Amino acid sequence: MANPDLTQRSHDALENTVLQGALKAATTTFIERRRDAITSIADWEGLRQRARQVKEHTINNLDFYLEQVVQKVEGHGGKVFWARTGDDVSRYIIELAHARGVKSVVKSKSMATEEIELNHALEAAGVRPIETDLGEYIIQLAQEKPSHIIVPAIHKTRGQIADLFEEKLREGRPNEVAEITAMARKRLRHEFLSAEMGITGANFLIAETGTVVLVENEGNIRLSTQVPKIHVAVVGIEKVIPRFDDLSVFLRLLPRSGTGQKQTAYVSFLNGPRQAAPESAFEFHLVLMDNGRTRILADEQMRESLYCIRCGACLNVCPVYQKIGGQAYGWIYPGPIGAVISPQLQSLGQSGDLPFASSLCGACRTACPVDINLPDLLLALRARAKESGAGRKLSESIAMRSVAFAAKRPRLFAFAGKVMRSFARLLSRDEKIKSVPFPPLSGWTRYRDLPAPQSSSFRARWKKHLDE
Amino acid sequence: MRVSLFITCLVDQMFPDVGDAMVTTLRRLGVEVGFNDAQTCCGQVAFNTGYRPETRAMAEHFVSVFENDKADFIVAPSGSCTAMVRNFYGELFHGADDQQWRERLGQVRPRLREFSEFIVNELGIEEVGARFPSRVTYHDACHLLRELGISDQPRRLIRAVRDVDFVEMEAPDTCCGFGGTFSVKYGEISNAILQEKLTRIEKSGVEYVVANDSSCLMQIAGGLSRAGSPVKTMHLAELLARV
Repeated sequence: MANPDLTQRSHDALENTVLQGALKAATTTFIERRRDAITSIADWEGLRQRARQVKEHTINNLDFYLEQVVQKVEGHGGKVFWARTGDDVSRYIIELAHARGVKSVVKSKSMATEEIELNHALEAAGVRPIETDLGEYIIQLAQEKPSHIIVPAIHKTRGQIADLFEEKLREGRPNEVAEITAMARKRLRHEFLSAEMGITGANFLIAETGTVVLVENEGNIRLSTQVPKIHVAVVGIEKVIPRFDDLSVFLRLLPRSGTGQKQTAYVSFLNGPRQAAPESAFEFHLVLMDNGRTRILADEQMRESLYCIRCGACLNVCPVYQKIGGQAYGWIYPGPIGAVISPQLQSLGQSGDLPFASSLCGACRTACPVDINLPDLLLALRARAKESGAGRKLSESIAMRSVAFAAKRPRLFAFAGKVMRSFARLLSRDEKIKSVPFPPLSGWTRYRDLPAPQSSSFRARWKKHLDE
Repeated sequence: MRVSLFITCLVDQMFPDVGDAMVTTLRRLGVEVGFNDAQTCCGQVAFNTGYRPETRAMAEHFVSVFENDKADFIVAPSGSCTAMVRNFYGELFHGADDQQWRERLGQVRPRLREFSEFIVNELGIEEVGARFPSRVTYHDACHLLRELGISDQPRRLIRAVRDVDFVEMEAPDTCCGFGGTFSVKYGEISNAILQEKLTRIEKSGVEYVVANDSSCLMQIAGGLSRAGSPVKTMHLAELLARV
């Protein structure tokens, strides 16, 4: 039986007509834009394969490149902190904030910090975090989790956002999009100018030069990293790429795959703390986060899960994501990549059902700019779920064993088939089966008809009159 | 030219007409057709549900049935079953002690073809002598398309059918929502995906939906039937058998 929580959350999502409309509009737009954007690359497939090669090489030599990162960043005058867990990350940042008298922090969109619930920890420690990406600002006000890797508030309509702003900001109801953004900008401008610390993630971390690379369209990253005296970048260890030149591959793939842009409005290349007098005025802290990534790294079969550049393309083309949206996945990372990394970063016990909530259509792999074999990874996780017993259900186990038993014995197989067909014919009327009153087939007939089986199998017909 | 049928458990037990149509069509093309009734099931459902040991047992049986078959090709009316053997059996026999099984698989795998792939690629034929004066569209089954890379061959075969009115529906390469046990475990989501497909089918104004996988056809037909739609499904083999 499927995890009741996931089934319930999916059900709620499917019943939510506003969400359904939002998902359809968003995913359709992103698919179209991506399709148009990749036509401007002569050899898209070649570029993808190159990206995969670079990632494979980097991940297989991650220790070397991470040490190079540290050396270069420290050479720039930045500080590096190795964080094994999410708690380590939060603790480091809170201690730093307290030591520097930081009262508020401006944050750019960072899935890594969502993963560890950094905002929650900051608030509990008396440090006020303000999300500055408009989508993140919206979900922060709504106290919700993001529903997409790139566009966290995609599940909200303009009307819902207007209501939210009216309720939380108490400055009247912003009816038009321009009014919504103006209201947010006014608030955020003040926050940018008064915050003592800016926290970001990183899209790429270049080992050769110790550079943090960030892409954005709104300009909030530029403000978050340049205005406050302290910039902290929380970066998953898998974000490393070896050389500056490798950006020629990744900066062409990421925007096209994520938003269908050839390039984002701003691309920031940050090399350590801002250089200005006095020298001690600005600080840069790089927090390298593990939080389960080294476990994936050690697992040869699953290692390519770490190649992900967090573009969100797999979400947009996934027939399941298109219907249930991001929040139904139950954690931070939705869609196919979410179904792959959540059971690994969390555990099979916590999100081991996610890999099963897929039709294995493979559209994700086709869309992935790094050609991650997501369907294979899902299959591997399914096998592990069954082996570990976490996903094992006795009746299903017995059924599978019985089928395997019969499959090695052709006459038994044919006989069992005959029995099942005869039984099925009892349930049929007018050559159709409208209802099977017990699981698992009740799960089918709840929504669809089944054909009434024929009285003879192919093998019987062959024997009788097809064999020449 | 001699072929041996890998009929698939689904066609054998639930859609034998598809098997009949395969035989009719292949014989019309001058192909000698054989059927080894020791075959049962390739194990795809067990594999996709995570039961690898059980799948392995079924795969061993499959290999032992077909390894000594003297036919030139082993032909299946299913993209997903063909993909299972061609792309995934290797994973089942990947252990250090599995060298012998890998060799035995090597006797079978290179000769395996999906039905449309066989006719177009191996026989070099597109016009099979069929006639079907109706408006039809084609659904790209996911494994056929993405695991085997087959999308051109079925279309060529359909277009060559006399008097057929072939229409492409919107986004024919999107999933029908079947996905094996996913269709019953997550039936509501499976159905929601199916509804999108049915909307596109309706928009295309066709009388028939053609596909190369009985699993997709079962999903689509199940939805059409429940909705009381007059649109019917048809396996490619059944279309090509029509004269």
